[in-house]
Amino acid sequence: MLLEIKDIHVHYGKIAALKGISVDVDQGEIVTLIGANGAGKSTTLKTISGLRPLSSGRIIFDGKDISRMPGHRRVLAGIGQAPEGRGIFPGMTVTENLLMGAYARKGELTKDLDEVFELFPRLAERKNQAGGTMSGGEQQMLAIGRALMTQPKVLLLDEPSMGLAPMLVTQIFSIIEEINRRGTTVLLVEQNAQQALQVADRAYVLETGTIVKSAAARELLDDPQVRAAYLGGGTQAGR
Amino acid sequence: MNTNDTKTAGTKTVGGKTTTAQDMLGAAAARARRRAERAPKALRLVTYLLVLPFETLGGVGERFRDWWGGLPGYGRWTAYVLLILGAIALPSPRIASFMSPYTDWPTLLFFPIGGYILLALGLNVVVGMAGLLDLGYVAFFAIGAYTMAVLATKYGWGFWEILPVGIVITALSGLILGAPTLRLRGDYLAIVTLGFGEIIRQTARNTDYIGGPNGIGGIPHPPTLTEWEIPDAEPFTSFGLAGVSPFQYGALDGRPYYYLMLLAIVLTIIFVKRLENSRVGRAWAAIREDEDAAELMGVPTFRYKLASFAIGAAIGGLAGVIYAGQAVSIVPALFTFIVSATILAAVVLGGSGNIPGVMLGAFLVAWIPERVRGLQDYRILMFGGVLVLLMAFRPEGLLPSRRRKAELAEGTGGMGSLGAEVGGPGTQAAAEVNK
Repeated sequence: MLLEIKDIHVHYGKIAALKGISVDVDQGEIVTLIGANGAGKSTTLKTISGLRPLSSGRIIFDGKDISRMPGHRRVLAGIGQAPEGRGIFPGMTVTENLLMGAYARKGELTKDLDEVFELFPRLAERKNQAGGTMSGGEQQMLAIGRALMTQPKVLLLDEPSMGLAPMLVTQIFSIIEEINRRGTTVLLVEQNAQQALQVADRAYVLETGTIVKSAAARELLDDPQVRAAYLGGGTQAGR
Repeated sequence: MNTNDTKTAGTKTVGGKTTTAQDMLGAAAARARRRAERAPKALRLVTYLLVLPFETLGGVGERFRDWWGGLPGYGRWTAYVLLILGAIALPSPRIASFMSPYTDWPTLLFFPIGGYILLALGLNVVVGMAGLLDLGYVAFFAIGAYTMAVLATKYGWGFWEILPVGIVITALSGLILGAPTLRLRGDYLAIVTLGFGEIIRQTARNTDYIGGPNGIGGIPHPPTLTEWEIPDAEPFTSFGLAGVSPFQYGALDGRPYYYLMLLAIVLTIIFVKRLENSRVGRAWAAIREDEDAAELMGVPTFRYKLASFAIGAAIGGLAGVIYAGQAVSIVPALFTFIVSATILAAVVLGGSGNIPGVMLGAFLVAWIPERVRGLQDYRILMFGGVLVLLMAFRPEGLLPSRRRKAELAEGTGGMGSLGAEVGGPGTQAAAEVNK
């Protein structure tokens, strides 16, 4: 297992956001966490990347317990995240944003930059534009590209489809598949369950801080309960 | 010395290309007109007249930045040297009657003007560069001043020995304040720092060892370095500087203290500018723009926030030591919240994050109340009015950094921040179509 989350509990003050979540992510997989608003999907990702402290439980990454490691060191260990709401640096240009992704490591960066620009040709067209002045879709591409610049072993994506036009959502998801094909493990959090289940190998369904179901993504697509709750009723048609 | 900045820019550009200067004024007028159109009908003309000078200043600033960016290295160095020479000539009696009709001009230049500029440079490291709101910055000024007072009067140390010690002590106090509080963010951090500022003042008031509310008197001046006088020759005679002993720190002449402050300011600018362009500066920019994202990029955010607090504190301490070296006596009442607020106003007003901007802001904040002293009690009203107008019509500050403008424009899709015309809904739509 590349990433093992064992029974983690996370609290915001006294309120329990995660009540014993266990998730496994194997090398080379795309795993998705789906669920409604407030189910604890984003909190799970933030806990893995170290932005939230956990109250109990353990996170094992690459054979090492990283539960108490500060967030900025987890980046070097190989956890890259495109945060919720994109979190790009508005005053920095596209290139500066991408170079921030490589802040923690040394070495030649042109090759990595070129790879990101190849994945996202739109970013290459806007190298010198300030991040804050770009459209939502471009910002999402930048957020993913910047996370790739950290050379992650596992890429955590928090709602990459949020607020994007349907056509752009499809584009983003096909890029996620491409990233995975090139060897990066992906842990994807999505409200857009339909899209997420189509690209993922396995999925976990979260409800109010606990996992209520876990199975292969294909199976969940046909699961009557999941379809009723997250895929828009009993019809087969997605978007 | 700050106002020179923009003025030279204006004249040089106009001298070179008159047409572009006209374009620039036209563009500024157009921007002002657009802003006025958003105001209620009856207020349009007033709004236009109020906005126009700010838009013009902004245009000049942008133009100056382009000109400056295209300047070769030796050109910049010449400009730096000229600015420093200008600053050296600044206490000249020739401009004193205009600049300061009510008080001694060189003393005014030393403090509050020079002092505020140095403090604003220090607070800018915390507020402008790392993006942390500190409402208790006066505490570090106080700690620096008290370090000077205590070590000089009770232990007999000289100014030059105390200077580095004072800087180290205030830096440490910044660490001590920062370590527990920098886990907080935004408003919470502001409230805690506000408390810290008051704690320092109240502690000074209630500690008999350092004089309680009466403070410490009889602080010695810095020892004279040399009695050398500026010779009575040109160009010094014309500037009215002949016969000044710039390194002899007495009770009457404010000019030597001003030169000391000037040296501290110049060294601080060099230090801060180098930091800004370093790895540390990049980390601060990332923290300021999105702290969580910075952590996700591998920036040890807590450590860098702490560093900004310590460095900002050290600069405040430097200002405090120099101030106490001239003031002879200091009392806790000098270090009230209003000083923190004023310095913060200087930083925000001038253009948070931009060094020439915060210096201009500090100059205005220090100078305007003294210049209008003749209005007696109305001067504070006037000062307040000027602040309100500035913030209403130019929220990004007088000379904002380009990056800061982009940060402020976030979410609005405002292409205006990149020097293009205002990007309303049309620009957004165009961008989507291109996909």
